[in-house]
Amino acid sequence: MTEIHLIEGEARAAEAPKRHLISIEDLSSEIVERLLATARNFSRSLEREMKKLPTLRGRTIVNLFYESSTRTASSFELAAKRLSADVMTLRAIGSSVDKGESLRDTTRTLSAYQPDVIVIRHVQIGAPKLIAATTSAHVVNAGDGKHQHPTQALLDLYTMQEALGHLAGLQVAIVGDVLHSRVARSLVQALNLVDASAVCIGPPALVPRAFEQIGCEVSSDISLIETADVVYVLRMQQERMTGGENFVPSLREYSARWSITPERLRPGQVVMHPGPINRGVEIDPRVADSAESLIEAQVRSGLVVRMAVLYDLLTQGPVSLAPTVNMNEVA
Amino acid sequence: MTILHHRGGAAGSLTIRGARVLDPGAGVDALLDVKVEKGVISELAQPSGKKSAGKGVAAEGLVLAPAFVDPHVHLRTPGREDEETIASGTAAAAAGGYCAILAMPNTSPTVDNAAVLGALIELAQEEAVVPTGFMAAISRGLAGEELSEMGELAEAGAAAFTDDGHPVYSASLMRRALQYAGSTGRRLALHCEEPSLSRRGQMHEGAVSAELGLAGYPSVAESVAVGRDLALAAYEAQPLHLMHLSSRESVELLRRALVDGVEVSAEATPHHLCLTDEAVRSLDSNLKMNPPLGSEQDRLALIDALKSGAISCIATDHAPHARQEKDVPFEAAPFGVTGLETAFAALYTNLVEPGLIPLETLLDRLSAGPAHAFDLPVPRIAVGEPANLVLLDLESSWTVREELFRSRSVNSWLLGQTLQGEIVLTVAAGRVVFGSERVVA
Repeated sequence: MTEIHLIEGEARAAEAPKRHLISIEDLSSEIVERLLATARNFSRSLEREMKKLPTLRGRTIVNLFYESSTRTASSFELAAKRLSADVMTLRAIGSSVDKGESLRDTTRTLSAYQPDVIVIRHVQIGAPKLIAATTSAHVVNAGDGKHQHPTQALLDLYTMQEALGHLAGLQVAIVGDVLHSRVARSLVQALNLVDASAVCIGPPALVPRAFEQIGCEVSSDISLIETADVVYVLRMQQERMTGGENFVPSLREYSARWSITPERLRPGQVVMHPGPINRGVEIDPRVADSAESLIEAQVRSGLVVRMAVLYDLLTQGPVSLAPTVNMNEVA
Repeated sequence: MTILHHRGGAAGSLTIRGARVLDPGAGVDALLDVKVEKGVISELAQPSGKKSAGKGVAAEGLVLAPAFVDPHVHLRTPGREDEETIASGTAAAAAGGYCAILAMPNTSPTVDNAAVLGALIELAQEEAVVPTGFMAAISRGLAGEELSEMGELAEAGAAAFTDDGHPVYSASLMRRALQYAGSTGRRLALHCEEPSLSRRGQMHEGAVSAELGLAGYPSVAESVAVGRDLALAAYEAQPLHLMHLSSRESVELLRRALVDGVEVSAEATPHHLCLTDEAVRSLDSNLKMNPPLGSEQDRLALIDALKSGAISCIATDHAPHARQEKDVPFEAAPFGVTGLETAFAALYTNLVEPGLIPLETLLDRLSAGPAHAFDLPVPRIAVGEPANLVLLDLESSWTVREELFRSRSVNSWLLGQTLQGEIVLTVAAGRVVFGSERVVA
């Protein structure tokens, strides 16, 4: 591998547009396939006693988390470490972000260290795009508001493929609070890329108007999960019931009508959840702890899929994920 | 009572030679020499082809029309002079072909008392390049609780009343405002939004908001309020002006009210006439405004209403914002975009060139339409009229760049775009207030 970042000036000029992973829309089915294959290779390497690979030695990865996260932040950090990259994880709390520094200024400050990748989690939609327009690093979206969470969708595909042997033709029922879920948005698009189908099921006010136009069926009828190969449960947040929002009358009623219980499942169905789970709200504890639950497998997949994403961005040729966005030109 | 104020200066004399003079209201469409003496149109004559005394503008191949009137401008003064001042905002208006503008009262402090209004009028008399009028608030502090002293404000020169930026929250206060405004002879101009439906909406609710995950602002948040206010205006038999309409449902309510004889006028903005929510996919904060960009159906309904005259005014809702406030993720950005300097070219490019509306209609809705709605002098190209003229080069195309703006703010949705149609010269109240180098040099 050529260490092009050592002769930055010349290399940058000749380089193809910087690749980022901001949205599932940045991917083609070929790239998804390549990423999943790379993740499988990494998975095998993790079975060895010596788990660290020298692949990204000397590379710098910055994790910038503006929103609380346990699994995504730890997964990205460990992925970078397993590939021998230097990794720095910054959380908004206790940093200069607290002092009112703008996202652009924080990005410029961190870019002065010439990171190869910036991984960003932010409460606001479009923050990763803004960063991509400011830095010369590759940008990976680790979740922006209710918009996108592309590495979650990729790890979900990986988990389904490992558990069920294939992706094409799979039927996935996504159940719960679709409106507030970046996971649902990314997953529907990702399933479309691999020729699987999705139905989104939830209380009417928690499924966005016109959501079917992104490529899925939409219903409020929980019995539609029957034909699904995978039941994908979304987190139901307590705050959706408070502050006069009235998305549903009560958590109790939500659970009675949409919770995934053993009675609602048929043999052979597997259950997934992006976490963290609310036992007894959107998912019955007996389901969460059953053999059909892939929830822990999802966490394991997260590590190898994020290794694959970092590896792919830093080593593959100019096959486009997404070209650099220049906000000034867009404007 | 004078509603419009400007810094004055000596009225000019000049002759504009050989332009196609197009004043749809006066029924004029001919190649003419237009002579202005001491600010008044003194002669319309067959083109002589020769130079006469005084300043002359060779305008062959150009279109000379009545200058524009913008009933909806945010001048940000007092309070946010970093974003716009009366001087910079009116210079922008001049560059956009305007001879009169009305400024909104949602400043800091709010224009809800005669003292603030009086100070603004004095300032306009010192620095307004283009005649400027000021609307005053319907409710004190725009809080929607108590009426402002509309009688005194009208006497002090308020052009109309509005709580723009906010709806009049309570139906009861709205009714009282209609009743009371009737006694002042000034119209209410309404920002129609039912806040319990728009909530924290960031963009039009539809397929694009579903995909982006941005909180949806449903079109019924506007039309429910339009319906309420039209019903009250009909009941009280008082006139009403509907600001920045954006949805098909609102247009249908407007049409019905006009048929029923309600005295209602309405405006649409260049951005709602040119763009749809599809544009928001870019997540460019210069595409964030309230009301939000609607669907293509909404846009076509607005264009239809503009064509029929149900919507008789084009208003820019010019809303300057500081660079650092817009240079943030979409959800963190404030609502609003600038528009004074690009309105004509944007609409000529997106509506007239593709054949959606005739040039004559565009010129009328930019000038006579808004002037009629607010009882302002209607710009006319006729002998004896004050010179309020705009000279247009329809053959010229130009690219919108930050450096070209006279406004202090650059939050335009058109940055980087190439537009057809350029303002070459603006004469407002008999004074040349804008001239590109090619004619003034």
